[in-house]
Amino acid sequence: MAELLYTPLSRWHEEHGAKMAPFAGWYMPIQYEGILAEHKHTRECASVFDICHMGEFLVSGPDAMNRLMQAVSHSLANLAEGRCRYGFILNEKGGVLDDCIIYHLGPDSYMVVVNAACRDQDFAVLKERLTGLNVTDISDKTAKIDIQGPKAVEVMEKFLGEDLSGTGYFAFRYTTWRGHKLMVSRTGYTGELGYELYIDIDQAVALWEALLEDERVRPAGLGARDTLRMECGMALYGHELDTEHTPIEAGLGIMMKSEADYVGKKGLETVREKLLPLQLEGRRAPRHGDKVELDGKVVGSVTSGTFAPSLGYSIAFAWVSADAADAGAYNIATARASLPAKTVQLPFYKNGTARTKLAPKA
Amino acid sequence: MNTPAELKYSKSHEWVRMEGDEAVVGITDYAQDALGDLTYADTLQEGDELTVDGECGSLESVKAASDLFSPVAGKITAVNGELADAPELINSDPYGKGWIYRVKVTEVSPELLDAQAYDAHCASESH
Repeated sequence: MAELLYTPLSRWHEEHGAKMAPFAGWYMPIQYEGILAEHKHTRECASVFDICHMGEFLVSGPDAMNRLMQAVSHSLANLAEGRCRYGFILNEKGGVLDDCIIYHLGPDSYMVVVNAACRDQDFAVLKERLTGLNVTDISDKTAKIDIQGPKAVEVMEKFLGEDLSGTGYFAFRYTTWRGHKLMVSRTGYTGELGYELYIDIDQAVALWEALLEDERVRPAGLGARDTLRMECGMALYGHELDTEHTPIEAGLGIMMKSEADYVGKKGLETVREKLLPLQLEGRRAPRHGDKVELDGKVVGSVTSGTFAPSLGYSIAFAWVSADAADAGAYNIATARASLPAKTVQLPFYKNGTARTKLAPKA
Repeated sequence: MNTPAELKYSKSHEWVRMEGDEAVVGITDYAQDALGDLTYADTLQEGDELTVDGECGSLESVKAASDLFSPVAGKITAVNGELADAPELINSDPYGKGWIYRVKVTEVSPELLDAQAYDAHCASESH
């Protein structure tokens, strides 16, 4: 096992009472006061998350847009400058090497934000697919802090002294904070209104502490990040997405609008399994790896499962073989019980504020 | 970590409070903290028989699940019914409102620890 990596905030978390654990090779906060309290605070107010472990690459050069569209599944032809889009880096057979957000920074200039665990692989793949372009890994120079929750807009507008209503969902802007360039992206992984903030890595602690000076803001760990993303039906790479399944199988076909002949596109026609959102009857949660049964026969496997704090019952995602994916009702065999589950529509939690349209200030 | 001096403790992190020939059983502050926010308590029922070190239910938290082992033998005379809808009582008040079973005791595990020995046991487990 390689040496554990520290974000610029790892020490801060430790000194402020967080429970720490390794995640994707990084020493990360799992919780502060508790997962349920942090989850609730994010749904009702605003929380900050240390996401410095994620990777950021810059891609630029002649014809970068068209070249990048060969390398990833994102449709970039209609992505305006100042906006960003979710999509995938696929292998030849259409399996997912990673999911990532691509920011359109300027003419033939992009930023790709990837998962921490996939960073080295993704960089190598993109370098290879984009020979001749400038592909730079800026992860070690870039801090990422997410502020998420219905109060995040008010907090950030006060913090920056700016009207942020012009920056819609999946758009971003640049501003200056204490003399440093700050990128403010209206995106997130909680289903709530909020921003992902990118700044020079040496400003991470200062920005984090400055955000926490607003008494509405509290720190939250990866535990709450996971229950929040589950409730809003967002996939987690390594669980719902992997090299053996396509985005179509994962129910993300709506993202696959690119007309480019990108790597892996041909593999998308095959559907062997489908990712199903499942609702349990009670509080008891299935876990990753639990088997999904139909008429006593194993037809699938749970990718993630958790008690959903905002719903009061448990939810799960599972891969189910395509020929059994329309049954609607299953049993999940956990280590301790057999739990009835039914297929539901995403998102599990429907009251998220992420897409709220903001009115300009008078 | 809170370890009341008047209770006895098992190495598997249950506590026992003797009240006449009955025992009240729960899990310790150390255990609830290690499990994190509890979301489900799977308990046996009134009238069920417990054996020393026998499995007697399980607890689930957001991130983990853990079996319960009985520190005593005997018949369950009461189960804390509030845990069904509010398992978080075990987090907020592990030695009080978060109790799990009341048991008419026929035998107590001979291996229970006093508070000091239990603290030492926890210290050795976390290193």
